[in-house]
Amino acid sequence: MALDILIVDDSAAIRKILQRVLVQADVPVGRVLEAGDGNEALDLLQKEKVQLILSDINMPNMDGLQFLGRVRANAAWKDVPVVMITTEGSQNKVMEAVQLGASGYVRKPFTADQIKEKLAGLI
Amino acid sequence: MSMSTEQLAKLVKEATGHVFSTMLGTEITSGEAYLGGSDPGPSEGVVSLIGLAGAWIGTGSVFCSAEMACKIAAGFLMNDYPAVNSEVLDAVAEVTNMIIGNVKTSLEEQFGPMGLSIPTVIYGRNFITRTVGNSEWVGVPFFWNDERIEVQVCLAPNEDGKTAHSRFWMAGMRSV
Repeated sequence: MALDILIVDDSAAIRKILQRVLVQADVPVGRVLEAGDGNEALDLLQKEKVQLILSDINMPNMDGLQFLGRVRANAAWKDVPVVMITTEGSQNKVMEAVQLGASGYVRKPFTADQIKEKLAGLI
Repeated sequence: MSMSTEQLAKLVKEATGHVFSTMLGTEITSGEAYLGGSDPGPSEGVVSLIGLAGAWIGTGSVFCSAEMACKIAAGFLMNDYPAVNSEVLDAVAEVTNMIIGNVKTSLEEQFGPMGLSIPTVIYGRNFITRTVGNSEWVGVPFFWNDERIEVQVCLAPNEDGKTAHSRFWMAGMRSV
């Protein structure tokens, strides 16, 4: 079954690259929704249903960790897998993301294999 | 606690090499690291800046020619870019984010948690760059596809919460 996926990153370049990498990683991609920050992503989630969320952490307006917290606090979205894809590599950030309910954590730069491996148990 | 020029240059080389090999599928050659003053910086081309904050503060920058920026974007986004446009600037900004973000992660092992700003990227000619404060830049030149790219980091202790290190841009700037 093709997955509708939400990609949240303030970089349009990364959103484009992730779409290509998902295909390379043999992920059955359906619709891809894009948001430039957590606020935009929450607006999209109000209107659209997705089966997977990939989110950056460092973003303007609402960062990825705040966004993750809001997703997990909402009954309609709390079970959607959310994988953080970020340059943030410190143990503190990883732990914070895990505590907030992140389903996975991938550091930039990334390869298609790393994305595939991270998504293997989630989709 | 401090960090030598050689140690910082090593982190820059490792991070830049990692980003180019992973995201662009290519090896990039590094040149000899240098210590630069507060000015002059580059006067034309594409410059991307990102701030670091924490117990130590500073700025990371990536500078290259317009041609190199187009080559980076082409490798990054798998598309042809004959001239600098918003996608090219976005790609250079993201490369900067990845390089300096990886340097930051390494620095955090020594200096504790640090924050990273959102990158600012500038394309133009006839501009002057200057760093406010006394801190010097550690720079490393890299070579790829007959083009040169400079990665620089300026880092200093954050004394009394002062934020003394920011870069100012003057004259003839043009952003896309």
